[in-house]
Amino acid sequence: MRRPCAVVIAGPGTNRDPDTEAALELAGSEPRTCLVGDLTADPALLSSATIAVVAGGFSYGDALGAGRLLALDLEIALGEHLAVFVERGGLLLGICNGFQVLTRAGLLPGSLTHNDGGHFICDWVELAPTTNSVSIWTAGITDVIHAPIAHGEGRWVHPDPQAIAAGGQVALRYHGCNPNGSIDDVAGVCDATGRVLGLMPHPENHIVDRQHPNAGRIEPMTHLGLRLFQNAVEYARG
Amino acid sequence: MQDLRLTIRSASPDPRAEALRRSAGHLGLECPDEIRVADVIHIRGGLNDTDRTRLEEALVDANTQHASWDPPVGNAIEICPLPGVTDPAAEAILHVARTIDVPVDAAVSGRRYEFGPDAEPTVITALVDRLLANPVVEAHWYGNASPPLEIPEAVVPPASTVAVTTLSDGELGELSRQRGLALDPAELSTIAQHFADLGREPTDVELETLAQTWSEHCAHKTFRATIEAADADGTVREFAPLLETLRRCTDEISAPFVRSAFVGNAGVIEFERGTTIALKAETHNHPSAIEPFGGANTGVGGVIRDVLGMAHKPIAVTDILCFGPSDMPLDHVPEGALHPSRIADGVVDGIADYGNKIGLPTVAGAVFHHPAYTTNPLVFAGCIGTADNWRQHDGPHPGDRVVVLGGRTGRDGIRGATFSSLTMDASTGSVAGASVQIGDPITEKLLIDALIGAEHLYSAITDCGAGGLSSAVGEMAEGIGADVELAMVPLKYPGLEPWEIWLSEAQERMVIAVPPASIDAIEQRCARHGVEVTDIGVFTGDGRLVVRHDGHPVVDLDTGFLHDGRPRRHMAAEIRRPERTPTGRPAVAIVPTLLALLAHPNINSRERILRRYDHEIGGATLGRPIIGVERDAPGDAALLAGPLEASGIAIGIGANPFHGLHDPEWMAWSVVDEAIRNVVAVGADPNKIALLDNFSFGDPRRPVTMGDLIASVDGCTRAAVAFGAPFVSGKDSLNNEYTGPDGERHAVPPTLVITAVAHVPDVDRRTTPTLTTPGNLLVMTGTTGIHFAGSHLDEVVDSADVATGSVPEPDADAPRRYRSLHRCIRAGLIKACHDIAEGGLAVAVAEMCIAGRLGVALTDLGHQDTTTALFSESCGRHVIELAPADLDHVRAEIGSLTVLGTVSDDDTMTFPDGTTIAVADLVAAHTGRHKAAP
Repeated sequence: MRRPCAVVIAGPGTNRDPDTEAALELAGSEPRTCLVGDLTADPALLSSATIAVVAGGFSYGDALGAGRLLALDLEIALGEHLAVFVERGGLLLGICNGFQVLTRAGLLPGSLTHNDGGHFICDWVELAPTTNSVSIWTAGITDVIHAPIAHGEGRWVHPDPQAIAAGGQVALRYHGCNPNGSIDDVAGVCDATGRVLGLMPHPENHIVDRQHPNAGRIEPMTHLGLRLFQNAVEYARG
Repeated sequence: MQDLRLTIRSASPDPRAEALRRSAGHLGLECPDEIRVADVIHIRGGLNDTDRTRLEEALVDANTQHASWDPPVGNAIEICPLPGVTDPAAEAILHVARTIDVPVDAAVSGRRYEFGPDAEPTVITALVDRLLANPVVEAHWYGNASPPLEIPEAVVPPASTVAVTTLSDGELGELSRQRGLALDPAELSTIAQHFADLGREPTDVELETLAQTWSEHCAHKTFRATIEAADADGTVREFAPLLETLRRCTDEISAPFVRSAFVGNAGVIEFERGTTIALKAETHNHPSAIEPFGGANTGVGGVIRDVLGMAHKPIAVTDILCFGPSDMPLDHVPEGALHPSRIADGVVDGIADYGNKIGLPTVAGAVFHHPAYTTNPLVFAGCIGTADNWRQHDGPHPGDRVVVLGGRTGRDGIRGATFSSLTMDASTGSVAGASVQIGDPITEKLLIDALIGAEHLYSAITDCGAGGLSSAVGEMAEGIGADVELAMVPLKYPGLEPWEIWLSEAQERMVIAVPPASIDAIEQRCARHGVEVTDIGVFTGDGRLVVRHDGHPVVDLDTGFLHDGRPRRHMAAEIRRPERTPTGRPAVAIVPTLLALLAHPNINSRERILRRYDHEIGGATLGRPIIGVERDAPGDAALLAGPLEASGIAIGIGANPFHGLHDPEWMAWSVVDEAIRNVVAVGADPNKIALLDNFSFGDPRRPVTMGDLIASVDGCTRAAVAFGAPFVSGKDSLNNEYTGPDGERHAVPPTLVITAVAHVPDVDRRTTPTLTTPGNLLVMTGTTGIHFAGSHLDEVVDSADVATGSVPEPDADAPRRYRSLHRCIRAGLIKACHDIAEGGLAVAVAEMCIAGRLGVALTDLGHQDTTTALFSESCGRHVIELAPADLDHVRAEIGSLTVLGTVSDDDTMTFPDGTTIAVADLVAAHTGRHKAAP
C-alpha cells in the first residue's frame, strides 16, 4: 500500500509533534516533522506532501495569545506555499495550538479565546461528528470519537456561527459536555473545501485502544482519534 | 522615537476577572463589584501611523478583542514585571515587530485591573498586596503604568579584592553575614588560611565561588558530616556520614540494573537492555515561599535540566507539595508570609505553566497540608527521562571548549544556593528578591530539542542550576581545570559585575564540553532550533580554575582546594526514642468519620489541581493520577508506555510527614514501603525498582533535628535493603523552619519523599483501583495492626485525650508478599488493586467504589476492633478484586488473605454491622461536588 507523504509543521514550543507523527505513521503515511525554517529553506518538503498537520503545543509560549506568533511566521514565511498546497488538493489539519494558528492565519473561520473556566484544562471528551459536515477528515465517521483535551484558550467564537454550521463547516461538536464554553459546543471546524480542519482535542493521543482511560470498558477501535488520520491517508491515496 | 502604550481588552467578559473574584473569595478578601482585566503593551520606537495600524493588526484579534492606543482613564491598577525579570510577552512583541518590519526598540508587557469609580481604595490596596502584584518580581502603579523601557547602561566595576587574611574569627563571621555567604567559622578560617598561604587576598568573585561551592545546597555538608549522636538513654555513638550510609546501602543491594548512582545530575538505571532511565527529584522550597509561581516554575525547569544533564530525554514530571491549611484565617498568616492558598495556587500555576509548555506530562504527586508548612511550604519536583544506548560521557578532556547554551544571563537568582541554605524569617521576602526567577519553558524546550541527538558532539554536560556558571563550570573543571572569559557570556542587559555573571542562576542554561572538531556541528544544530550558543573558554588540563573578565583574571583557584578544601563538618545529634506502644482509638461513627476522611485536604480528590496539568501529552500515560469511570478517583502510581510498547515504567510516591512527627525512623521505612506498594499496585515488578530520596528537614544544627535525620536515613536504608530497591539519587533540603505561635523557631515535620521508579513488564496486565465486576471478591493482603500515631483518623476526630501510640511498624513480610502479588497480576488474576495508606482500609475501599461507581458488601474487616480495622494506617497492605474462582490460586500464591466481602451493583458500601453509605455520598465527599440529580 502506498504511504503518502505527510508533513508535521512545528514552531518553537510546538510539543505534540512526536505524537502527531506517531498517529500519521500508524495511519499509513510517511510523516516528517519540519520547523517553519526548514520549510522556507526547502519549499519542496511541503509541495511533495499531500497531508500537513500544524501540531499542538505552546508555540512561542502563547505569548500575546495562543498561536499568534506562529500564525504570523506561517503567513509571512509560508503563506503562498501553504495556499498553493491547499489549492492543489492537499489536506491540512490544525490540532489545538495548530487550530489556533490556522484561525489566526485566516485559514479557518472563527477565533479561539480563553476557556470560560478561566484556566487550562486537561480531560477526556467525546466528539460527535456532524452529519452535514463537508470535512474530508471526518467524512463517513458516525461514531463518537474520544480524545483528550489540554488547552487554556479553546473557546471557539464566531460572529455568525449559524452560517458556519449551515455551510457544513462545523465538523465536530463536544458530546455530553462543553469543556470551554465554545459556541454551540463546537470542537472542530473546517474550511469551505473540507480539506482544512482545525480542532481543539487531540485525536493523535488516541491511536490505540489502551490509551483510553476506560480501555476495556468501551468498544475497541470504534472511538479512536486515529480514524481522522486514516481518513486523510485514504483520501491522499486517491 | 516615542513611548506608546496599547491597551487590549477582551470583547466578552475576561475570565481572569472571575478568577480574581474566586481567589479573593478564598482569602476572605473583599472585592469591588466591578472588575475588568486588560493587557497592556508598552513600547518605544519610531512608529508612524501605518506602523501602528500594522502592529495593532498583528497583535489584536478583531473577533475577540478591542484595542486602543489612547491612555485609558479611570480607577485602575497596572502591573509590569520589574526590569530584568523574564518577560516573554515583551520578547514576543519585539519578534512580531521584526517580522512585520515595524521599528520597535524596547517593549514591556503589563496587566491592567479596572474598578468602578466607587471602589474603596483600601479594598483595592488589599487586593494588590494580597493577590495582584508580587513586589519580588513586579512593580505596580495606581492609574497608568510608566515602566522603564530600557535598563540604563551602568559602568561595570571591576572585580574587587576582599580582605580576609587579617580578619579575626568574629570579623570573618560578620563578613559572611553581610555578603550572605552562609559559611561557618571553620570554613571561613580555612579560606582565610588558604589565601594567607598564597600571600594574597581573594577577589569577591573567588569568595562568592567558594561560598556557592561549599554551600549546603551544593556540597551537602550535613550529609557528608561525621556525626556524634546521643541516644535517648545517653549513650553516645559515632555515625558515618549519612550520604555514605545511603551509598553503602545501594552497594549492598548491588542491583544489576543500576548504571549510575549518586554521581552527576541524576541516577541512571537500565531495566531493559539498551534503554536507560534517568531519574531525579529536587526541592525548591524557599523560592516557592516568596514567589510561588516563579519558585515552582523554575523548580520544574531545574529538575528537567538535571535529566538533560545526564544526556537523557525528559519524558515525565512529578510533584509533591506541602502547604499550610488553605482555610487559615487571613489574620493568622504571619507577617511577611503569603497566605497558604495563595502559595498553593501560585505553585500549581507555576508547575502547570512549565510542564504544560515544555510538553512533559505531569503524572504523579501528592499534596499535604499542615500548619507547620505555612511560612515554609515544600515543593518537590521530579523528572524522568530515557535514552537509547546511553554511555556515560568521559570528558571533559584538555582542549575541549567550554560552551554555554540556552538563555541569557541576567541578575536573576543571584546567590540562590546560599539563600536556600539560610533559614527564613519575616524579612526573607524582601531581601531575597534577587534569588527568584521566572522560568521560560520554551527556551528550555528548544535546549532539549537541540541537545537530544547531539550526544556524540560533546564530551561532558551539566546543567546550570544553583551557583550558576560557578557551579557548572567549577564542577566540570574538577581535576582538569578551565580558563573562561566572562565577557563572552551573553547578557540580558548590560551592567553586570563579574561576580554576578559568574554566579547568576538565570534559568534554561546548560554547559557542555565540546571537542574543537565538533563546534561547527553544535552551532548548526543550535541555529536550526534557535538556541543561543557561546564558546566561553577551554578546559586546560592544569587543574586550575581561571576566570577572566576582559582578559584580567578574577578567579585563579586550585580546583583541588575548591572541591576538597572544605573542612569536614562534625554534627552533634540527639536521637529521640519514639513512642511505639500499640494504642487503639475509641469507637467512632463510621459514616461521618469516613466522609470526613474522604473530604480531608490530604485525601480528597486532587482533580482540581490535576486538571491544570497536561498528563496526556506523549500519549504514553496509561496509568493516570486520576482514574476511574468518571476520572475522579486517585490512581496509585503513574504508568508510562509508548502506544506500541509492551513494557512500561511506573512512578510511585511515598511521603508521610504526619508519621514523621512521631517516629522518623519508622516513617522512613513506611514511606519506602508506600512508594513500592504504589508501583506494585499498577503492575510493576518488585525486583526492578529504583528509589530517589528527598529529605526536607529543619536546621540540622539543632541536635534533635539532626537526630531525626539520622533516624530517617536509618529507616529508609533498611527498608531499601529489605525490598532490594536501591537508592540511585537524592537531595536534601535542610533549614526548613518556621516560627511557631510560641515565638520559637521550629523545624517543619520531618518530610521524606520517596520516589520509586519501576519496570512494568507487561502493560496489558496493568491494574487500577477501579472495581470492575459485581460478584467478584474484595480481598485484603497484609495485616492490620494498631497504628494510629500521626493517622488521619486523629486529624478528623479529636483524640487529644488518647495516648499517641505507634506509627505503622515495618512489615518484614511485605517484600515477599509484593512479589507474590505481582505474579498474580502477571497471571491476570487481579481485576483491581489499590494500596492502603492515609485513612486506612475504609478510605481505600471507598476510593475503589468511587473509581468503579460500584458498591461493596463487606463481611470481614480483618481485625476484631472495627476502628482499627477501618482506620489504622498499617503499611504493607493492598485491597484487590478477584473472581471467586481464583481465590484459592491467589491464596496459595500470597499466603494469608482477608476476604473482605463482595463487589456489588447496588451503589452502596455496606459494613459488617449493617451500616451503609451510598457510593454517591462517597463521591460527593471526595470531590466536593454535590450529587447529580437522579
